[in-house]
Amino acid sequence: MALLDIKNIHKSFGGTEVLRGIGFSMEKGDVVAIIGSSGSGKTTLLRCINFLETPDSGSISIDGGEIFNAEKSYTDAEIRKNRLNFGMVFQSFNLFPQYTALKNVMLAQQLSISRGLPRSEKEKELERIRERSLSLLNAVGLEDRAGAYPCELSGGQQQRVAIARALAMNPAILCFDEPTSALDPELTREVLRVIKELKTKGMTMIVVTHEMEFARNVADRVIFMSDGVIEEDGAPEAVFGSPISPKTRAFLSRPEL
Amino acid sequence: MFQEVIIALSEGFLKTLQIFFITLVGALPLGLIIAFGSMSRFRPIRSVMRAIVWVIRGTPLMLQLIAIFYGPGMLLGYNIWGTGNFGRNAAVAVAFIINYACYFSEIYRGGIESIPRGQYEAGQVLGMTRPQIFFKVVLAQVVKRIVPPMSNEIITLVKDTALARIILVYEVIWAGQTFIKKAGVIWPLFFTAIYYLLFNGLLTILFWYIEKKLDYYRG
Ligand SMILES: Nc1ncnc2c1ncn2[C@@H]1O[C@H](COP(=O)(O)OP(=O)(O)OP(=O)(O)O)[C@@H](O)[C@H]1O
Ligand SMILES: [Mg+2]
Repeated sequence: MALLDIKNIHKSFGGTEVLRGIGFSMEKGDVVAIIGSSGSGKTTLLRCINFLETPDSGSISIDGGEIFNAEKSYTDAEIRKNRLNFGMVFQSFNLFPQYTALKNVMLAQQLSISRGLPRSEKEKELERIRERSLSLLNAVGLEDRAGAYPCELSGGQQQRVAIARALAMNPAILCFDEPTSALDPELTREVLRVIKELKTKGMTMIVVTHEMEFARNVADRVIFMSDGVIEEDGAPEAVFGSPISPKTRAFLSRPEL
Repeated sequence: MFQEVIIALSEGFLKTLQIFFITLVGALPLGLIIAFGSMSRFRPIRSVMRAIVWVIRGTPLMLQLIAIFYGPGMLLGYNIWGTGNFGRNAAVAVAFIINYACYFSEIYRGGIESIPRGQYEAGQVLGMTRPQIFFKVVLAQVVKRIVPPMSNEIITLVKDTALARIILVYEVIWAGQTFIKKAGVIWPLFFTAIYYLLFNGLLTILFWYIEKKLDYYRG
């Protein structure tokens, strides 16, 4: 059974339909790259998956269990629980500026410690969260910067903290929205290296990207979106080597690539 | 003579301080309620709050003082504030608290609305609740952003307390003024400036200290 199954997602803003029936599924451990020109709806799709937008129609299932169906309505608590299946890494990092790198990674875990716990248990739990957060920072190569504030970190370091922060809630699927487009080439490389390492550890990921090299070499599958529909979906060799759709061909032969 | 002036002015300044602190204690939280009201998703609440803020910020505090002190008597036919000093002080407190709450609410609102949406969304995707996002993510950033405009407004408040004398509350300026009639000298009136300067100097240092405390991060 597919880990993630998305069916027929539609989303309009005002009168314009931005997503016009998106459906795909992915297996555990898959890395899917989503490419497409500006305005094709890539960000909107990720935002729908993370419940930051509510699709007008369609459904989302995890491991065969439906976690979203536009026909139904959900309470805030249900949405919070369901969205924890996903992690999200933003283009602009969105770290909390008043907290250190370590605290950024710890905060959400800390807030999920149940209130009823006795004090000594709470402290033990906090210590466990700290250890875990440090090892997550270690995994993104930033254990020595744990005490630094976001403003003291480079863009690439900030994005790596953001990745550690997203991993902290144990998502089944980690989503990236152009994680490197705010970074210069060198910093881009260090972030992409972290994503590659996550792949070797078996992390399931959806990466919206303009880095065609990365999509070609790291992704198991490439989805090309155009005007709110999936125009092409296949192995990187197929999508880049012998695209079927004329729109994909036109996109891939843009002069700036 | 000098000693007599100092005693009179100090007594007046105590009243000035009293108006100042009572206004802060009332207006700081009330301003937050008005700020939330003026950002409410429920349109009638939002409109009413914004109308109130518009009227209060759009008219002189002096008029508001007079309206609040004399208005009820004129409309209801009897003076709700009574005849004693307590009533006058209460009227001053009400007028100042409402006035400053409106100014503070706009500063709060500006601060809250200046926090990028990405901060809320980052909290949301980590499974935080709305209150958690407000108190653990947004609030500290708002506080940092509003300290400079708040310090401005609070220093203005120190000087605005002089308006209380319009409804016969004996604050420091009035204390200075009495010496013109009583002793034919004007210097005590000007001497009140020293009180204001010292107190505002103290506040300036306090705000400078707070700003420095919050300076450990940018953004
Ligand atoms: N909240 C919104 N309100 C109105 N229109 C929106 C909103 N969000 C996105 N859109 C519109 O939806 C379309 C798709 O936007 P989206 O951000 O999903 O594109 P994208 O593929 O991520 O583009 P890019 O590569 O530039 O990031 C755009 O035309 C955009 O203007
Ligand atoms: Mg986008």
